[in-house]
Amino acid sequence: MAKPKVATTSLCGCFGCHMSLLDIDDRILKLVELVDFDRSPINDIKKIEGQVDIGLIEGGCCNEENLAVLHEFRKHCKILISVGDCATNGGIPAMRNMVPLGECYEEAFLNGPTVVNPTGRIPDDPEIPLLLDKVYPCHEAVKIDYHLPGCPPSADTLWAALVALLEGREPELPYELLKYD
Amino acid sequence: MNTEAITFTIDGKKIEARRGDTILEAADRAGVYIPRLCWMKELLPAGVCRVCTVRVNGRPQAACTQPAAAGMVVENDTEELRQLRRDLIDMLFVEGNHFCMFCERSGNCELQALAYRFGITAPKYPFLFPRRSVDASHPDVLADGNRCIRCGRCVRASRALDGKSVFGFTGRGPQKRLAFNGPNLAATDVAAPDHAIAACPTGTLIVKRVGYKVPIGRRLYDHSPIGSEIEPPAPEK
Amino acid sequence: MSANLQEAIGPVCESFGHDRTRLLDILLAVQQRLGGIDDRAIDAVAAELAIPRVDVAGVVSFYTFLAPKTRGQLVIRLCNDLPDLMMGAEEVAAGLEAELGIRFGETTPDGRFTLEWASCIGMSDQAPAALFGDVVVPRLTPGTARRLVAELRQQPPGADLHRLLVRAYGDGANAHDLVRAAVENNLRQAGEVIFAQAEPDAGLSKALAMSPAEVIREVKTARLRGRGGAGFPTGMKWEFVRAADGPQRYLICNADEGEPGTFKDRVILTERPDLLFEGMTIAGYAIGAEHGILYLRGEYAYLRAYLEHVLARRREKGLLGKSVLGKPGFNFDIRIQMGAGAYICGEETALISSCEGLRGDPKNRPPFPAQRGYLGHPTSVNNVETLCCVPRIIQRGSGWFASIGSRRSTGTKCLSISGDCTRRGVYELPLGTTLRDVLARCGGEDAVAVQVGGPSGRLVGPEAFDREICFDDLATGGSLVVFGPGRDPLWVASQYMAFFIHESCGYCTPCRVGNVLLKERVDRILAGRGEPEDLDYLRALATTVKTASRCGLGQTSPNPVLSVLDNFRPACEARLKEPFEGRQTGFDIAAKLAEAQRLTGRKSVHFDA
Repeated sequence: MAKPKVATTSLCGCFGCHMSLLDIDDRILKLVELVDFDRSPINDIKKIEGQVDIGLIEGGCCNEENLAVLHEFRKHCKILISVGDCATNGGIPAMRNMVPLGECYEEAFLNGPTVVNPTGRIPDDPEIPLLLDKVYPCHEAVKIDYHLPGCPPSADTLWAALVALLEGREPELPYELLKYD
Repeated sequence: MNTEAITFTIDGKKIEARRGDTILEAADRAGVYIPRLCWMKELLPAGVCRVCTVRVNGRPQAACTQPAAAGMVVENDTEELRQLRRDLIDMLFVEGNHFCMFCERSGNCELQALAYRFGITAPKYPFLFPRRSVDASHPDVLADGNRCIRCGRCVRASRALDGKSVFGFTGRGPQKRLAFNGPNLAATDVAAPDHAIAACPTGTLIVKRVGYKVPIGRRLYDHSPIGSEIEPPAPEK
Repeated sequence: MSANLQEAIGPVCESFGHDRTRLLDILLAVQQRLGGIDDRAIDAVAAELAIPRVDVAGVVSFYTFLAPKTRGQLVIRLCNDLPDLMMGAEEVAAGLEAELGIRFGETTPDGRFTLEWASCIGMSDQAPAALFGDVVVPRLTPGTARRLVAELRQQPPGADLHRLLVRAYGDGANAHDLVRAAVENNLRQAGEVIFAQAEPDAGLSKALAMSPAEVIREVKTARLRGRGGAGFPTGMKWEFVRAADGPQRYLICNADEGEPGTFKDRVILTERPDLLFEGMTIAGYAIGAEHGILYLRGEYAYLRAYLEHVLARRREKGLLGKSVLGKPGFNFDIRIQMGAGAYICGEETALISSCEGLRGDPKNRPPFPAQRGYLGHPTSVNNVETLCCVPRIIQRGSGWFASIGSRRSTGTKCLSISGDCTRRGVYELPLGTTLRDVLARCGGEDAVAVQVGGPSGRLVGPEAFDREICFDDLATGGSLVVFGPGRDPLWVASQYMAFFIHESCGYCTPCRVGNVLLKERVDRILAGRGEPEDLDYLRALATTVKTASRCGLGQTSPNPVLSVLDNFRPACEARLKEPFEGRQTGFDIAAKLAEAQRLTGRKSVHFDA
């Protein structure tokens, strides 16, 4: 029987949750025995081929590209998990939700202390993804099956949840593994 | 008269109470935890958060304000009420801007602790991301409106325990806001040792320069859920 | 500057004896003098009364008619309740905005005009209507609204606006010198109890010849139930108050009708004020109160001078004051407490808070008002219509009253009928009348839905038209809004939720947050972005709000949503979409990208065709 496939991505996040995944120490060897990795920054595969059993999403949804990637993951993952506070509630990037979007753009491209922008215009380069009006948790954009909060969720939390899912159980976290910080 | 004992039941368990006790007080004494947020032992109960909602002879009532009466049948730890409390906690999370990851109160926050106790991994409601203000004008105390849940504990504590009136509320409905007895916090007579500051269940009122003092792992709710100070220890894990 | 302020505020506080519990009156008077209540005025009032400024600011910001900032000299409040919206309030609003060059919520640069929305000003039968200051201007069109404002602009500041705004007086006492209102009573059907011709104060004379206990017994035998909607037996309430310990007791008349679509108390106050005061006096006698308070909603301020005049006349006649009608030991007088634009103050404990000069937050129960109410004294709070029934019961006997209506719902009910019908107005009908009968009377036979009892009531469809208006079937505080073909029940629910969000006091979690969340999801479905699971979500959320809320507002505010789910489910289901590829249907990508597209001037790489 083929090993279950796992895909991961980081949307509007800091890769801290991926670091936490790597932080499972020697259990990572066991993990590699248990699963195959599809699209993930860990192996630099850029596109999901076929169906994946478990998708892990780090980061919230901040721009059109995040949203496109999230849609791809939702379409290809049987189980999709929001990993970390950014994915579950927007996290630190969501602090911009209290600032009008125009001011965010102006600070980033016109007025910020480190900005050098001789055009004096907000760039219209398609390489710079359009921002959503706010940073959204992933479950407001697509259906999410499970949430693993934490900033980042601890390695033990990630391990416990993954093992549970691989064993066909619900990933219910014991008290000490459910943390928002 | 006041010492007259009465009995009633919570989830079938017989509870002894003194006349004049609220359901919540009697439950606490009997080691039955009824989740609560706006309640504080030293203050008059206010019935704000509704997290302590129980069913009394079938009718929903706030346990913190409802007097215990002989023979009443109280439901507390039922699936319906657990769900209701989860909903209320979710509402408080989406109503404000709760960034636990950098909040000084994280680990000691009662709102967060309740969410942990109820196993909430993400709120079911959409985040409202309101615009709220932060008042850092005072040299020793910070007020971050993003984290305020309108429980009014500071309002009551300032008056009842500190003999001041530092806090109040302005506006109504979703626009109800924590307000200060002056144009800003620095213009009030608030002081860091005030009971009102310690009364805040979230990170709204924070004493400056002592944040993150307790390391992760040793904070109030790192290992044991809120309410375990009331419940007798479970016989086994 | 501040000396001027103190000069203005000192005497006002003095006139109320520096009594903190009269804060609402003090603030209304200060606002009258200064045109608004800014931070310095708040400081001055707080200093004068020696109370925390945050408490003053808390009260000012609670009531919509008190302005934390100085508004324009004339505040125009256009009513945005459902009947007004159905009759074109939005077009009138556009006309006002165009004429004044400002949006709603703004003040003209010259400081003369402010435009605001008002929740319900009790003129649904002559909508769209607006308050220009205290002056009611009903039956507006975009054209008349623009013309009025254009003419007002030509007037020097401080000119008497009455003559300009009120071209023709309404009927009955609306034309009285102290009212001078363009308001029409539209009394379509007078019943046997409230609007029947009756000998003035015959009930009071008879009551004073009885013992208070006998009066209460008569009211109980008549099986009179509170007309505010909840239907609590009036006699029983009075008995509780009478039995409660305390050196003083209070009677409060709740004239704060505020549910969108209700206006029958306005007509009673205009046409039957003596009957009301007679009823209050009998109630005072029955419960052993010396003080009565009429809590008059701020929207009806134009009736105040007239009502004061009626009270003065009654004092002259010995119907109020010391030894009423010569009855030794029975002293009773009535003061009018003005409200200031807060629907929640119709809730009896919030109303008491408001009378005490506090924010209009409901109080925790127990203690109930009958035990500890106004200023801690046993208090009976009764509805206008309820109190008007009392003199008639005493005069004609409980048997007569109980013979009207049905067995458990005796007497008549005054209904305020508005919306899509040809004969809008007030109907006094025996309780137990079917909805179908009511619709036939008011010319609303082709209704597709009727909101019974205001928003906290029920929105019902034709299958319910044979049900009866009474306490045990379709209970109502008195408002019926008729929706004709083409009206959308979901839109109705959305509008009602907007009303509740605006009117929630914000004290408890479920009502403060839950109503916002309910509206969000209703609007999602309305916009065609709902999915099947949203219906279960709405029901669960509505149930939580109803179960956990602290007072009647939150306990009933989800009813419009539940009504739609129960009675108009196909209308909801028709708009739902199945989710596509696991995406949230409600996540409106185009809307969320629109601003960035505008700011950057480019299309989306991923989401534009």
